Amino acid sequence: MKTKFRIGKNWLYIPLIALAIFYLLPMYVMLVTGFKSFEEIDLQTMWNLPRGLALDNYIEAYGSLAPSLWNSFLMVIPAAAISSMLGSLNGFILAKWKFRGADFIFPFILFGMFIPYQSILIPLVVFVNATLRPLGLGGIPALVIAHVIYGIPITTLTFRNYYASLPQELLEAAKIDGADMLGIYRWILLPISIPSFVVVLIWQFTSAWNDFLFAVVLTSNRSWPITVALNNMAGSQIISWNVQMAGSLLAALPTLLVYIFLGRYFLRGLLAGSLKG
Amino acid sequence: MFKDKDRYLSIVLISPSIIAVLIFIYGFIAWSVRVSLSEWKGLTPDYTFAKLNNYINLFSDPRFQVDIRNTLIFTGVFVVGSIVLGFFMAVMLDQGLKGEGFFRSLFLFPMAISYIVTGVVWRWLMNPAEGDRISGLNLLFSNLNLDFLINKWHTTETWGIAAIALAAIWQMSGYTMALYLAGLRSIPIELREAAQIDGATELQIYRHIMLPLLAPVTLSALIILGHMSLKVFDLIVAVAGKQLPLDVPAIYMWQTTFDGLFYGRGAAIGILLLISVAVLIIPYIRYTLKTETQA
Repeated sequence: MKTKFRIGKNWLYIPLIALAIFYLLPMYVMLVTGFKSFEEIDLQTMWNLPRGLALDNYIEAYGSLAPSLWNSFLMVIPAAAISSMLGSLNGFILAKWKFRGADFIFPFILFGMFIPYQSILIPLVVFVNATLRPLGLGGIPALVIAHVIYGIPITTLTFRNYYASLPQELLEAAKIDGADMLGIYRWILLPISIPSFVVVLIWQFTSAWNDFLFAVVLTSNRSWPITVALNNMAGSQIISWNVQMAGSLLAALPTLLVYIFLGRYFLRGLLAGSLKG
Repeated sequence: MFKDKDRYLSIVLISPSIIAVLIFIYGFIAWSVRVSLSEWKGLTPDYTFAKLNNYINLFSDPRFQVDIRNTLIFTGVFVVGSIVLGFFMAVMLDQGLKGEGFFRSLFLFPMAISYIVTGVVWRWLMNPAEGDRISGLNLLFSNLNLDFLINKWHTTETWGIAAIALAAIWQMSGYTMALYLAGLRSIPIELREAAQIDGATELQIYRHIMLPLLAPVTLSALIILGHMSLKVFDLIVAVAGKQLPLDVPAIYMWQTTFDGLFYGRGAAIGILLLISVAVLIIPYIRYTLKTETQA
């Protein structure tokens, strides 16, 4: 029956290819500009292919963005790791070990996923300045803490939905064998939740890497992650557009690579974010 | 059924997260409300009660009126554009064509990169220069003899924000496509086949069977994209910086608070944003959790 749908559908490639070009245009400009030598750079020849493969733009962009690229890695890795551990534990308890009021609490946690952070930004900055900064935990550690805390809703939701889909018999059998709660979590659920860990790790990695709002209010010059550094680079009159293009690609590369190699998991995280895990 | 020890342990293990949510989300919201009702401007906190003055002043503030107008235009263009484009991409990819996976990945990849990157690149694509200095998409249009498409993008008067919505559509339409594709795949094939046997054309099947069945997906997409456009911030900062004609509430809040030190006003904008998002999201959460328990 399915073959019936395929007959005479080849004209669909025309709109599909047109759309593919639309999606690739910005990537094309980023890549092509990055590989041009400084003499070839001209806004009027923006769409031309490069004559050779020069790396001048990437070298210059890396030169000024390298510290913030490292800041981003330093921030994103612990943020993603801690977030997913917390999310897994919360999800397990909310899905399989319901205490009284668990169903009442859950929507309140969920709402936190959607709030505009402008509504908590002033207290957050005041809090960080009063407590974390004097302890030497301003900048990147503060950013990690912000991503972990404001990541609780989405990570909890993803794990809860996954654990809720597992049959209750799995737990009952372990209970009869005398396993306690932590035993069940450690020996039964944790080993089979690797795919969910990948989903949540990728999700948190991507959103922390791409975040701008928390970064711009919580970090300063030395602790800028890549988004803030790139935006400042783009706003400056001194750095030319070709270097900005190369810098954009450097800033996009880590999350793009994750997407290219682990796209399947990325999509699952995306759909979880619309509550339809 | 559960041992008491485990019950206590579960509460102990989850309480740090619950306390964090209580403090950093709900406590901080309450704190923001308090700031928004205060006279605080300047570096030192000043919680002198100012009634609703910050809110009242905002609504007569010309800058905030521009913000509201821009948010409405942005939301309209972005939400409608992403839903229509996403729907058609999903329908095309649902036809069992070769290379479906390739196109699907391609339409989705902008989701992986940051609004800042998107904004920086689109800023150069939407270069409004004219004449000999023409570049970006306008240059492309001119080379392709599509001169009627040449425009001033985000520097267009009043409607400039719609050009930025275009970049947002580029970034987010893959997301609506993914939502619709998941929806289409969950519709049983028998339904299509039955309609075909009854002589329905492909167009009629999509119009009268698929589209109504996809209504819940459209609702989700509307709410998710709608609440995103209320919060839009980084994309506009990256394209336009802090230019007044392209201002939105999130940028106003950021600038007035951290550059201008008008904390009371900044908090009021934050709370207004929260209320507008809550109006969309709270019914959505209730609806989703209800259908979940029914399933």
